[in-house]
Amino acid sequence: MSRKPYVRPMSKTTWYMRNGRYKVYVLRELTSFLVAFYTFLTICGLAALSSDSPERWSAFLAWQQCTAMIIFHGFALLYFLFYQTFPWFKLAPKAMPVQLGEKFLPDSVIVIAHYIVWVLITALIFWLAGVI
Amino acid sequence: MAIAKKAVVWGLFAAGGTLTAFIYPALIALFLLIATGHVPDGLQFEQIHTFAASWLGKACLFIVLFLSVWHAAHRIRVVAHDFGIRKDALVANAVYTIATIGTVLAAFYLFIIR
Repeated sequence: MSRKPYVRPMSKTTWYMRNGRYKVYVLRELTSFLVAFYTFLTICGLAALSSDSPERWSAFLAWQQCTAMIIFHGFALLYFLFYQTFPWFKLAPKAMPVQLGEKFLPDSVIVIAHYIVWVLITALIFWLAGVI
Repeated sequence: MAIAKKAVVWGLFAAGGTLTAFIYPALIALFLLIATGHVPDGLQFEQIHTFAASWLGKACLFIVLFLSVWHAAHRIRVVAHDFGIRKDALVANAVYTIATIGTVLAAFYLFIIR
């Protein structure tokens, strides 16, 4: 084939920098590392619990008590809310539209329902943990 | 990847995404409280041990950890592609192996808590 098609030059590693939507997409996808981090941190907590010694549990709590971890958790919490939780609720009506007869349930109803359930679940976890 | 496998992995991704969106802000907030030294009563050894030793606690913790780790694995695989790593088979093996290790560890630790 003598034809030489034009291939638009595109960086494989920095392609998302040329468009704001792509940047948001990449920022959103990076929350997957936070999910992995907190999952394994919780598994570390289970390891400390499974030893059945209060000392190991205290040690697990104590090594996290530093300014660096406060800053990290604080940043992680905000990042997770704005790039995972809220976008996930926003796309829920697109991913799972609810049909009632001929019509669809308005997107806003589904989104608001997600926020209400989220507040209830968060309150339940805080109540179980003795925060409230 | 075979279509049958893809459906399973995507199902875990969707379920894990919903679960983490709802639960992880509270989880991170609890870790933030721990880091500041204000450990809430429910996270003192006696209470959290009783919770993790109960069947309901074990089931809740396992479902959350299992779905979350597979959700993270599936997304990190795609992120690797987005950042220009085009060895998908290698990345898939690595992330799903780590997810399997996480699942087994969570199950093992929950099993021996009593």
